[in-house]
Amino acid sequence: MTALPPPSEVKLGLVIDLDTCVGCHACVVACKGWNTQGYGAPLSDQQPYGAEPSGTFLNRVHSYEIQPEEGAARLVHFPKSCLHCEDAPCVTVCPTGASYKRAEDGIVLVNEAACIGCGLCAWACPYGAREMDAAEGVMKKCTLCVDRIYNETLPEVDRVPACVRTCPAGARHFGDLGDPGSDVSRLVAERGGVDLMPEQGTRPVNQYLPPRPKDEAPDLDLLAPYLERVTEEPRGFLGWLDRTLARMPGAGS
Amino acid sequence: MTQPDLDLSPRVSDEVRRTTCYMCACRCGIDVHMKGGKVAYIEGNRDHPVNRGVLCAKGSAGIMQANAPARLRAPLKRTGPRGSGQFEEIGWDEALEIATSWLKPLRETAPEKLAFFTGRDQSQSFTGWWAQAFGTPNYAAHGGFCSVNMAAAGIYTMGGAFWEFGSPDWERAKLFLLFGVAEDHDSNPIKMGIGRLKGRGAKVVGINPVRTGYNAVADDWYGITPGTDGLFVLSLVHCLFETGSLDLDYLARFTNAPCLVDCDPASATHGLLLRGEGDAPLVIDRRTGKPAPWDGTGVEPDLSATWRHRGTTHRPVLHLMSETYLDPAYAPEKVAGRTGIPAARIRTLAAEIARAAFDEPVVIERPWTDFRGHRHERMIGRPVAMHAMRGISAHSNGFQTARAIHLLQILIGSVETPGGMRFKPPYPKPAHAHPRPHAGVRPGHALDGPHLGYPQGPADLLLGEDGRARRIDKAFTWENPLSAHGMMHMVISNAHAGDPYPIDTLFLYMANMSWNSSMNTGATMEMLTDTDPGTGEYVIPRIIYSDAYSSEMVAFADLVLPDTTYLERHDCISLLDRPISEPGAAADAIRWPVVAPDRDVRPFQSVLLDLGHRLGLPGMTGEDGGPRYADYADYIVNHERRPGVGPLAGWRIGAGGLTHGRGAPNGGQIDSYIANGGFWTGHVPEEGAFFKPWNRAYQDWAVGIGLYDSPLPYIFQLWCEPLRRFQLAAEGQGQRQPPEALRARIAATMTPLPTWHAPLIDAHADPAEWPVHAITQRPMAMYHSWGSQNAWLRQIHGRNPLYLPTAIWEANGFADGDWARVTSPHGAITVPVAHMAALNPNTVWTWNAIGKRKGAWALDEGAVEARRGFLLNHLIHELLPPREDGMRWSNSDPITGQAAWYDLRVRIEKSAPPEEALPVIPPQVSPVPKGPSELRWEVKP
Repeated sequence: MTALPPPSEVKLGLVIDLDTCVGCHACVVACKGWNTQGYGAPLSDQQPYGAEPSGTFLNRVHSYEIQPEEGAARLVHFPKSCLHCEDAPCVTVCPTGASYKRAEDGIVLVNEAACIGCGLCAWACPYGAREMDAAEGVMKKCTLCVDRIYNETLPEVDRVPACVRTCPAGARHFGDLGDPGSDVSRLVAERGGVDLMPEQGTRPVNQYLPPRPKDEAPDLDLLAPYLERVTEEPRGFLGWLDRTLARMPGAGS
Repeated sequence: MTQPDLDLSPRVSDEVRRTTCYMCACRCGIDVHMKGGKVAYIEGNRDHPVNRGVLCAKGSAGIMQANAPARLRAPLKRTGPRGSGQFEEIGWDEALEIATSWLKPLRETAPEKLAFFTGRDQSQSFTGWWAQAFGTPNYAAHGGFCSVNMAAAGIYTMGGAFWEFGSPDWERAKLFLLFGVAEDHDSNPIKMGIGRLKGRGAKVVGINPVRTGYNAVADDWYGITPGTDGLFVLSLVHCLFETGSLDLDYLARFTNAPCLVDCDPASATHGLLLRGEGDAPLVIDRRTGKPAPWDGTGVEPDLSATWRHRGTTHRPVLHLMSETYLDPAYAPEKVAGRTGIPAARIRTLAAEIARAAFDEPVVIERPWTDFRGHRHERMIGRPVAMHAMRGISAHSNGFQTARAIHLLQILIGSVETPGGMRFKPPYPKPAHAHPRPHAGVRPGHALDGPHLGYPQGPADLLLGEDGRARRIDKAFTWENPLSAHGMMHMVISNAHAGDPYPIDTLFLYMANMSWNSSMNTGATMEMLTDTDPGTGEYVIPRIIYSDAYSSEMVAFADLVLPDTTYLERHDCISLLDRPISEPGAAADAIRWPVVAPDRDVRPFQSVLLDLGHRLGLPGMTGEDGGPRYADYADYIVNHERRPGVGPLAGWRIGAGGLTHGRGAPNGGQIDSYIANGGFWTGHVPEEGAFFKPWNRAYQDWAVGIGLYDSPLPYIFQLWCEPLRRFQLAAEGQGQRQPPEALRARIAATMTPLPTWHAPLIDAHADPAEWPVHAITQRPMAMYHSWGSQNAWLRQIHGRNPLYLPTAIWEANGFADGDWARVTSPHGAITVPVAHMAALNPNTVWTWNAIGKRKGAWALDEGAVEARRGFLLNHLIHELLPPREDGMRWSNSDPITGQAAWYDLRVRIEKSAPPEEALPVIPPQVSPVPKGPSELRWEVKP
């Protein structure tokens, strides 16, 4: 089995804002487009024009409906990819050392040359965040676009994962969650970011920002002046209008 | 174990080519990464004004469109019966000779026998110019079945609408109301905007029967009953009047609220505005208490003064508005049942709107001067922004509902003020500054003017002396007087019926009219294939179709002109048409061939120019007798619509060298666009950035770059006189009179102030018998029928169950995997269902245009989209159900003729699962080979 490196100081990961994600799948396709050209084997598609197409995606968006006890039901869009866990069970379960966590930044990767396609890592991952490529027979997973984020051929502003660069709503953030002063760490602190399924003990690096409360009762005190009628008389509006206009500048003598 | 060495800096591409996306209507800038001359990766262009680097799922999947097996390969000539899909591939010379031989005799004898309609065309200023040169009155694009209600209501009310016309001030709004929206109008900008609003802690309110997408992240959701948004909005207006929450200064200065309405019911001008010299509407000047022209220097319009003129009392519009909207019929308690929104929520939302507008104004310390010469020391904004689109407009009350939304924005003074809704150049542009519609036909000559426009009254209708429609779609008739975008959805049924006259050739571009773009899909296919029993000839004699892909419509053409994909062509997204401007800048853009086609296909616009030359159309033949334009790129650069004004505004030639806006053509223009990332931006001066319809600095700038030829200030038309002129005719005034059967309807619906009436279907299909509303939504990762050919996108949206609310789900005992029979007054479908709780309790919905005909789009005949996918279109008829009056009324908005897709009423019952979704349509033969069984997509250098 494979050993995890000592915890890295730098912990690169994603912060995903569930209050803002509109479920558009932009991140899903940008990821597919980048990574089918990038790290390792292409992300294949089976029967792409056939009866039931299927293919390898490193990032998918799921939608869950929530029915609170009181009030209207809600829908939460939930993008999911590898969370680059600190205690990554997919690494320790790997019989060949193909699945590994980088010592310098904590990114969890698969060394495809050493992967035998046994699928144990996918079985061990509690998040279902790994996909076996049906054409290549190797395990594919989010690389955090390791071939973008350090890529010196790209302008610095573009050295972020493809999903982050493309997200139209700005719901995805990338950075060093090991640095408490980083933008992403501050965002997590401000918004009460959470681990996904903390009971699994995987200590994911990626964090989710929970949706803000919805459909809250308005503050009627604040609104009171705008709830008061100007008149109770049926034709009193015109009287109010004349009184109000008389107080406004612009009239003659 | 040591970690493997990784190449962390692989070269991404050999070259980046920057062009404009066309995976939907949004027109984002894209960086196309090329490897070895092939498209390897597509991402958003960071410099582009529309998307600023981001890109949606469709845009990123463009690479799968560029390699799609559904791409047509060569011109096609029909060999089997229409609809079968049997064709032979032919060369371009033969194809163009056939088209010329069909069209030339028509032009010489009866140009109206050509009906030329374009679908999701982004070159309407060009295709319209071509059709005008041909001389047929029968041209339009697809707005009539898309969002003409939204566009026309905005133009008539305030000189612009949402999306292409204007956008919320995302940077400054504090409260945002989002009504039913079509995802692709506007795609990325709305997502970016919602992200920015949320980042600033602004409040997002969703008003929509379905809580998905943008509504899922809205802070407050109003799960409204479809078709009642207008009632809901006018109830908010009622509350604003009740509480005096009105921006009176704004209403006095910038709207016709102070204009004086003739209130004598016996007068021939009853309900029209009092006018003075030069026909200028008059207001009472607060400085003098006397009438003055609305735009007089220094005039201070009085919102409350009445005026007696020649014995007739004239009252200000605001008085009439207060009487209309304080009517108890609009009280929240009265509308709660119908809209499904409790009265208390309506009242508090109105108060929230008022509080945001008046307690938290956005003030920019920037002086500006209005058209009356009045200098304003600062710009005061009402930070309440709104957006609405197809969920509003695809109802038979959509025009007035869209007007009601604009009324709401205007009453609080938010339009064109900081934090509110801002126009995008060339808008604002009021209805009276647009052309009026034309249909003057002379064989062998061009039409007498532009086809489409904005009628100002009955005189502008396109009626023959016998009162019959002059256009095949019957646009601009009493049935739909303000059909400003034409009525493409009526063309096939009217052509089939020979009403108002038979045509010869139906020429369509990029519109899947035999499938998801038509109501009554089954009957539409029959009309396209119907033959005259006497002659055996097709009732619609000839059909020419241009499309890049093997769509359902291809099978019904006699001649197919294969278009290129968007990465293989020139285009201009022009200020003459539907540009990509932002509120702070005029902007236009190009597409250019980042790859050459690998098939025998040609860009449709270049083909039209070639055809135009072969037909001898004016402006398309050069002095030497050869084609005036070598191709569309040549036209884009060298065509001038007015002296110095061409399709593209950037990099023209001025007196002192390169200039922008007005200038002579520049042979290097496209290269300049390419060097600049595919677009041009001309910034509005800071002083002119807000209050554009009234702001001298903006008006002068707009004249300078050629948007107008002289300053064009105007005031918002809360009281819409063109509507009143039609109403007056319905009351018996004037020479041109509507048919008796239409009088009452015109009088009731064409009210000069925004109103609400129940969707027309409610009077034809008993709501008790048909209790459920059925609507569609566009997926964010799929554009119409185009997406299913895309190997990546169809994995995201390959299925479209009918989503049922909890009450219907439980009442029928549905379980996962069940099917339902869905019946409308017109037809029935049997489809898979799924449960969804976050839904209006009387509404069902599904994703739009997922269902496919077998054999189309190069998909396997067993494709999930063709077996389980379905269209609601089978349930919707272009006419309303028959009634005892013996007439067949159109299923559309009575003002604009917009197709009322979302008025659909159905009932639902559980069904045994059929083999596949019903009805089953027989397959079409595919004119292109099937795609590969596996993709391992990687472009290597």
